Amino acid sequence: MLSKRIIPCLDVKNNRVVKGINFINLRDAGSAVELAEVYSNEGADELVFLDITASIEKRKTLVELVKDIASAIQIPFTVGGGIRNLKDIENLLKAGADKVSLNSSIVTDPQLITSSSKQFGSQAIVAAIDIKQINNSYKVFVKGGTEETALEGLPWCKKVEELGAGEILLTSMDKDGTKSGFDIPFLSLLTSNVNIPVIASGGAGSMQHFLDCFNNANVDACLAATLFHFGEIKIKELKNYLQQNKIHVRV
Amino acid sequence: MIAIIDYGAGNVASVANAVTRLGFSFIITSDIHELVKAEKIIFPGVGEASFAVNRLHDNNLFGFLREIKKPMLGICLGMQLMCDHSDEGNVNGLGIFPLSVVRFKSSETKVPHIGWNTVHYKPANKLFKDIKQDEFFYFANSYYAPVDQLTTSVTENRISFSASLEKENYFGVQFHPEKSSVSGLKVLSNFINYC
Repeated sequence: MLSKRIIPCLDVKNNRVVKGINFINLRDAGSAVELAEVYSNEGADELVFLDITASIEKRKTLVELVKDIASAIQIPFTVGGGIRNLKDIENLLKAGADKVSLNSSIVTDPQLITSSSKQFGSQAIVAAIDIKQINNSYKVFVKGGTEETALEGLPWCKKVEELGAGEILLTSMDKDGTKSGFDIPFLSLLTSNVNIPVIASGGAGSMQHFLDCFNNANVDACLAATLFHFGEIKIKELKNYLQQNKIHVRV
Repeated sequence: MIAIIDYGAGNVASVANAVTRLGFSFIITSDIHELVKAEKIIFPGVGEASFAVNRLHDNNLFGFLREIKKPMLGICLGMQLMCDHSDEGNVNGLGIFPLSVVRFKSSETKVPHIGWNTVHYKPANKLFKDIKQDEFFYFANSYYAPVDQLTTSVTENRISFSASLEKENYFGVQFHPEKSSVSGLKVLSNFINYC
């Protein structure tokens, strides 16, 4: 049986990890490669790197970073942030990334999901979807959560599955940063409506939140960022806790 | 010298990184002359089966790989391409393992099968030497090879399927050893050292 996955997410800007890195004993606190090694050794099941660099040089530097990460760790990782076309995807996968996460670009060009999953396999294509409740309905947001679209959350999730996405990375903007737990109502609705793996993101604040999400929303993986970066929860402790509570995890 | 086949449908970089980490020298090539000289061949694969088979034909590797006598390790799609046939793109493979690769039923399980799953191997298995029984390995597959006499380890995803296959000098693993942390590296070094 597949184990449930724990995934730290790292925001990267100009090849440096930004936002809430508070690790002691790092030679270089902003090094994405070094942090990746730490998480890998702690038992993270995979990693997500979100590039938030806004420059023309971005693509080239991101490919170099992916090469460095791939030679440093032997666990799978996903890269996202501003990936626009098949060539971008090919360059990142060739450099050693296992998956790419696509967000704004697939709202503009949904066919990118189909063409990329055909060329690289659906296992390499993660649809990243940011949702926020507006007047009792879930709306899809793009451009790092700054722009509302006309798309509704659940229908868009079903659409990306139909188009060929291999996984959905679902971020609840209402929950993100609140540490009040994952959006279990939406996530359980989602997992009962799609048949591809779902990664829950947004709201993790305690070990109990991960347990509740696995138990009540039937997700395949839970993602968190600052919680791990600040060392509030250690991945090893979290996985031991989940195992004690009968969740099948890799320990 | 180890040769990693680069035919335009594999995660060559990750396999090369893993072999580098193990400290073995290797070449990345699609040139038959180089492959003839190699002691062992690693045959990676990621993506869609019929696309990958076409790349094998484009590189004139299809017939060659069927006839070699040296140890070869197919990884993920690489292993599936070593079977008779794949339902993915309805394509004939190398025909080394007499098996038909089929898709997981989405009525029974989530597809793709992505993540860490346990591998249960048969005794006296060179690839799994010094690896604990039911260890976790990383998988990313929508299709699988059924369990057969040639199956040397199995994994369960509602149904049991071949996690590894072996026939004479040919080996295949469905999981990604290059992405399976310490145990995955061990499988690669076992192939290089003992197979």
